[in-house]
Amino acid sequence: MELLQFVISGLATGSIYALIGLSFAIIFNSTGIINFAQGEFVMLGGVLTICAITLLKLPLLAAILAAVAGTTLVGIIFERFAIRPLKNATPLSLIIITIGASILIRGVVMLLFGKDTQALPAFSGTTPIEVGSATLLPQHLWIFGVTILVIIGSRLFFHHTITGKAMRACSFNRRAASLVGISVWRMVLLSFVISSALGSLAGVIIAPLTMTAYDVGVMLGLKGFCAAIMGGMGSGLGTVLGGLILGILESLGAGLLSSGYKDAIAFFILLLILFVRPQGLFKKGETERV
Amino acid sequence: MLRLEGIGKRFGGLTALSGITFSVIEGSITGIIGPNGAGKTTLFNVATGIYPPSEGAVLLGEKNISALPPERRARIGLVRTFQNIELFGKMTVLENVMVGLHTQSKCGFLACSLRMPWQMSEERRIREKALEWLDFVGIPDLADVEAGALPFGKGRLLEIARAMALEPKILLMDEPAAGLNSRETAELAELIKKIRDLGVTVALVEHDMDLVMDICDQIVVLNLGTMLAQGTPREIQENPEVIAAYLGESED
Amino acid sequence: MAKKKKVALKSDKIKFLVFCLVVLLAPLPFAKGYLSNVLIFVGVNSMLALGLNLLLGYAGQISLGQAAFFGLGAYGSGVLTTQFTMNPWLAMVLVAVSVALFAFLIGFPVLKLKGHYLAMATLGVGIIANIAFNETVDLTGGPSGLSGIPNLSIGGFTFDNDLKNYYLVWGFALVAILLSLNLVNSRVGRGLRAIHDSEVAARVMGVNARIMKVQVFTFSALISALAGSLYAHVVTFISPTSFSFAVSVELLTMVVIGGLGSVYGSILGALLLTLLPELLRAFQDFDIIVYGLLLISMTIYLPGGLVRGIPELFRRLVPARRGNA
Repeated sequence: MELLQFVISGLATGSIYALIGLSFAIIFNSTGIINFAQGEFVMLGGVLTICAITLLKLPLLAAILAAVAGTTLVGIIFERFAIRPLKNATPLSLIIITIGASILIRGVVMLLFGKDTQALPAFSGTTPIEVGSATLLPQHLWIFGVTILVIIGSRLFFHHTITGKAMRACSFNRRAASLVGISVWRMVLLSFVISSALGSLAGVIIAPLTMTAYDVGVMLGLKGFCAAIMGGMGSGLGTVLGGLILGILESLGAGLLSSGYKDAIAFFILLLILFVRPQGLFKKGETERV
Repeated sequence: MLRLEGIGKRFGGLTALSGITFSVIEGSITGIIGPNGAGKTTLFNVATGIYPPSEGAVLLGEKNISALPPERRARIGLVRTFQNIELFGKMTVLENVMVGLHTQSKCGFLACSLRMPWQMSEERRIREKALEWLDFVGIPDLADVEAGALPFGKGRLLEIARAMALEPKILLMDEPAAGLNSRETAELAELIKKIRDLGVTVALVEHDMDLVMDICDQIVVLNLGTMLAQGTPREIQENPEVIAAYLGESED
Repeated sequence: MAKKKKVALKSDKIKFLVFCLVVLLAPLPFAKGYLSNVLIFVGVNSMLALGLNLLLGYAGQISLGQAAFFGLGAYGSGVLTTQFTMNPWLAMVLVAVSVALFAFLIGFPVLKLKGHYLAMATLGVGIIANIAFNETVDLTGGPSGLSGIPNLSIGGFTFDNDLKNYYLVWGFALVAILLSLNLVNSRVGRGLRAIHDSEVAARVMGVNARIMKVQVFTFSALISALAGSLYAHVVTFISPTSFSFAVSVELLTMVVIGGLGSVYGSILGALLLTLLPELLRAFQDFDIIVYGLLLISMTIYLPGGLVRGIPELFRRLVPARRGNA
């Protein structure tokens, strides 16, 4: 049963797309910005972890924490110096700025760490686990585990904490939120913090499976965006489902049709959804933005 | 001229308009008034095709235009101005009016990029036409100013000139007096009458009661998305329901 | 008033003629040197940046997939002339028309989208095209590229050195510039700028925004495809990396630096960004960092681009004189 194997690896990459999709949605919902530099946060997660291990000789866990913290710092700097100076910016200038930030981050990483593709050691070895006719890697379990934890965690955060609720309030209506005393700018900053941390975490847990380099961010970011679009840019289950569906389709497509066109699948789906159902796969009704 | 039949509009679960039915009589000035949130601007958005109605029909003359997009409605003579003047801020005043002449010219991509002789003469014609309209509203001296730099009152006049350039059959004006001082409002009243005298039917949403009572032949009162009353200014002023609706709201 | 406009028209003509003269004389100091090679690419990039600027700077519609049309032009000409030994000029026309038709057809669904969604969709088109260049190995040679594309020739005259190619490419570029200048100062150009400022207001004024956006998208694809064909015949070897997402971003940078909504700004941006990597050759790989910084800082501090920023600076330094932009 090759099929099962495709589904397993599809679910693993799909989980990553889901996490990245969520990180897109968090910034989008609090600012209306689609951050084209999101993929770079993912890349930073993997690359910084490797650096922390090889250069600072940190143990794995500490290295991961350092990488996530480092990426978050980049997220904060980005918000402070590129997003905040522009009040009332048009979508056009925000797109241009986030693209600028994206290639800037990529360029700096390339300069500092080189162009080589590097691998992060798997968290708990590479002994495969037999599941029926297919095999599961321990890293897959890590990915599934972290994804489930993140989903539960974000659900709790956004629905059951004051700060989370305040962030949601901002996404519904910024003006009203600021009128009831919520500091919108703090919420925007917070959304960049959470989003960059989440993105880098996704980058860390996928790095042992796919290797990483300065330029992996573009593709991962775009596919995460595709997941978010499938889920209607919400920060909930829709995006997770979108990511998983995308991951499985990609893995099936690569396995059964042609691996060369694997990346094209995501973009065909992206275009199809944008053209036919821009409100996402799972949402009903009109999304009128006037 | 313009007839709204049973117009309803819902946003999600919210009913913004329901059962709006009235006609704007050719050659008249119709005022649409109502407290804040009565659905006046939404009604204009439905009438001009910016929103599709959830139910009901918009008729221009005999023709049902409910399904036409705004640009098609503009071509057959239904034109509007906006509450928060929507000028093309980075273009000059003259160019703004020339955009208003878009429907009365037809040179396309090829003719324009190749600068065909007939394109040049068409360009001259709409330039002169645009200047005439600037003259009509009284700001010919501002032709080369960037529209975004105009003071609010002049911007309002420009918006009217731009709308008139389409030579509409009916002109919908969304709060034309908002943000104007009393002298400007008085001039506006004269301008609106001048527009009517050109044979253009006018419908306007307005909060300034003095203006409405002064220039309108017919008044429609909306409240909470429904029609409260319809009649001459005199009738409306004496209508107890209208008075109650307005007294319920503090004057602003 | 009318008189004033006539004077302005005349000065536009003079500006264009002066520009033509500069283009004509530019390679003289270098004769056979290395720089004229770079100047050819300035011409190609000018056409590409111009195409993007009409779409982005005038109509306000972003495209992150311009490299796709550039690549389709290049590969179209490359494949037809090498694999099918078609006459290069015929191939160029055929390809330009097909690419324009393609853009026209995808333009309708694509340009219904706005802002970030439009950016992502055009990006998707760009990446799919790039994957296709890589994967259709039988036709394009895949990642290792397509070589042996013939130079263009007319009768017995072959464009086989840098100087000849320079005049060839710039001939096309100047025509594109002239057409664009005509366009932006016309009914169509006003319609496009109106859409940029307020699409709702433009539509209420009877401007058919949908069709106009598709038209300018098509025109921009047409210019890009022609630039691609020329590029293929000039360099005679093409590979997918020349038409990647990075190239689309580079074009965006050119337009932002030169000046959104300015025809000459596109040329200035193309000039700077084509020369810059050559000058920075010693600091290889620095270029994308510089691009990133430029995109961010220009958008924040100089949104009008250099073409407007420099006169502005001048005006501040010499407050007495007021030029006409």
